[in-house]
Amino acid sequence: MVGHLTSKPGSSTANKTGSWRTEAKPKFLKKNCIACKMCVLICPEGIISGEGKNTFYCDYAYCKGCGNCAAVCPKKDIEMVKE
Amino acid sequence: MKQFIEGSHAVAEIIKLCRPGVVSAYPITPQTHIVEDLALMVANKELNAQFVNVESEHSAASVVLGGESTGVRSYTATSSQGLLLMAEVVFNIAGLRLPLVMTTANRAISAPINIWNDQQDVMTVRDSGWVLLFAETNQEAVDLHVQAYKLAEDKRVMLPVMVNMDGFILTHGMEVLDMPSQKEVDKFLPPYKTTYKLDVENPLTMGYLADPDYYLEIRYMVQDTHKQLLDIIPQVADDFKKAFKRGEGNGLVEGYKIEDADQVFVAMGSVCGSIRDVVDDLRAKGKKAGLLKVISYRPFPKACVASALARAKEVAVIDKSISLGAFGPLYTDVMVAVSSLGSEMPKMSGFVLGLGGRDITKRSIMDTYERLFGKQVDCEFIGLKQELLVEDK
Amino acid sequence: MVETLFKPGHTACAGCGQAIAARLVIDAAGKNTMVANGTGCLEVFSTKYPESSWGVPWIHSLFENCSAVASGVEAGLKYLGKKDSINVIAQAGDGGTADIGLQAISGMFERGHDVLYVCYDNEAYMNTGVQRSGLTPTLSNTTTSPSGSASLGNPRPKKPMPEIAAAHGIPYVATASVGYPQDIQRKVKKALSIKGPKYIQIHVPCPLGWRHESRMTFDVAKLAVETGLYPIFEYDNGKLIPRKITAIKPVEEYLKYQGRFKHLMKDPEAIKEMQAIADNNIKKYGLSATV
Repeated sequence: MVGHLTSKPGSSTANKTGSWRTEAKPKFLKKNCIACKMCVLICPEGIISGEGKNTFYCDYAYCKGCGNCAAVCPKKDIEMVKE
Repeated sequence: MKQFIEGSHAVAEIIKLCRPGVVSAYPITPQTHIVEDLALMVANKELNAQFVNVESEHSAASVVLGGESTGVRSYTATSSQGLLLMAEVVFNIAGLRLPLVMTTANRAISAPINIWNDQQDVMTVRDSGWVLLFAETNQEAVDLHVQAYKLAEDKRVMLPVMVNMDGFILTHGMEVLDMPSQKEVDKFLPPYKTTYKLDVENPLTMGYLADPDYYLEIRYMVQDTHKQLLDIIPQVADDFKKAFKRGEGNGLVEGYKIEDADQVFVAMGSVCGSIRDVVDDLRAKGKKAGLLKVISYRPFPKACVASALARAKEVAVIDKSISLGAFGPLYTDVMVAVSSLGSEMPKMSGFVLGLGGRDITKRSIMDTYERLFGKQVDCEFIGLKQELLVEDK
Repeated sequence: MVETLFKPGHTACAGCGQAIAARLVIDAAGKNTMVANGTGCLEVFSTKYPESSWGVPWIHSLFENCSAVASGVEAGLKYLGKKDSINVIAQAGDGGTADIGLQAISGMFERGHDVLYVCYDNEAYMNTGVQRSGLTPTLSNTTTSPSGSASLGNPRPKKPMPEIAAAHGIPYVATASVGYPQDIQRKVKKALSIKGPKYIQIHVPCPLGWRHESRMTFDVAKLAVETGLYPIFEYDNGKLIPRKITAIKPVEEYLKYQGRFKHLMKDPEAIKEMQAIADNNIKKYGLSATV
């Protein structure tokens, strides 16, 4: 029996880390967004998407609520709000 | 084709015929001739392989681990301290189930530093999950390497195989050997094909973290494979015999004049050659002596050993290494095997010989034979110079 | 779901700088990449069986040997005739790089393997609980270099890994920071366009080990660069190219957010010592935009 040799690519998505959030989650205000994509680049989970201005959102199933997207936003267009 | 050839050179020749794509090398006596020869073969385009000169044995093992992980047959060789330095990687290769083949030119362990032969080095990785095969002669070393790749790459196995050959005694010994042709080896050993590899078309994760929910089963499966190997090794040995028209024993063990033997020596490696001579001498005197040679130390062929020793009256287990504070490793394993015989168990004696290259003579083997009839011993050093057993002044 | 080769569901701490950098690196490298990863946080939080975050072929062997494994992977690909179309990355943390892995890295550089080595520098052994490494900065408080009545923390400066790498004569060496994500990706792409061994060291804040708020990861990383304490530069074929700082900030601006430097805040002499390190970096690497 050779058994469990490998894990499948990208299979960690089965693990919904959104349950880790205890205090706050990001709210995308979609008012002053300039689509600089800094939030996309800086998110440790890699779960923020969007293309044009005021279109960005995140996948709360994985968001751990760290708040770096709000910290990095040059237009203060992401706010951390109580759960 | 018959050739008068040095052991190391013969190993390099047979490895060339096995067509490895990645070879890593770090010098250590007495293994060095093997990789020197392979380097020259690559330099002369006789062997199409990536030859990687590394900065340590730890990296030698890591490089061939990396090579194997791309699905490319790989090879390295080492000895003694080199094997100890790569021990961490040796365990890792088995855990990763990479079918590497490595030669260990067995040598003593420091301190004191000693470049001569015993089998202490391999015992440090005894529990690593590798298949551990021991050659008695250079012909057997050649033949075991071909079988080693065949075994390792078997889909049912996927474990690394180490071919052990006694340093200097075999590696530097010249013998007339029957070297197979490229055609014969190609026929016996087809190219390595696997889906278990790094591949951008099928991007798998290898070498994951397994928590307590998984680890136990994953280790069990290595043990289970070793159990299956007790059937697979004889099959491969049999195929080899058919293809190359030579080979003794069943791939796991080999008996010599053992069928009616009352006194049996159990041993591994080149010392078996000297023991055969002693057995012949004893037989000439009407003594029913015999030899049981263990070829596969891991998996340990418990049932074969037990049945081979079932009718013996006295057994001498010859170890060329020692688990300091306990016994010779082979003795311990043979004891477990014969314990299944219950009240039929022969009188068992354990001896340690030849550490650090001390000559094992016919006289020293006769010593063990003579002690079989006296007080039972489990870890008796043979050939100690009593005058040296004094305190430093 | 977002197109990335480093999927969510990994178990990095909230705000983990290494998770940010690892994704930026692999997404810049692209899918024709193989990764040999050393033991450490990244390997642990991204490959807990049966799950994996990786969308590229990825192998972990041991703590200190990712560069030797990557050398073997590269050799295997060369044998298969596939090296020209596939990138090989070796990556590990600062301990796995500057301490236990240094010998194998040196071997890989010296042999000239076509591999990009990425060091995720969070300045201590975080996976085992914040012990000092060769890349722990001066006066940092770690569990094995604690501050106390007779100590101000780690007594030694960071090992000059980029210079050690560059001394091998390799074609490309760079430092980068999570505070400049586009810069990380630019450097990875540049490195992978060059044949031979490459070294990139990325400053990755660790909220747990540095004891800063998880939302501060980006800001802390940026402040390390803006104070001159983490100089960002390239050695392009040995030629130094610094990333200039337009408004250099005093070191307190960086130190004050982090528990690991808290013991320095009431010690003007210690702050002076830290400022001297920053000043020296600014001079040595030519970081000031105004000079």
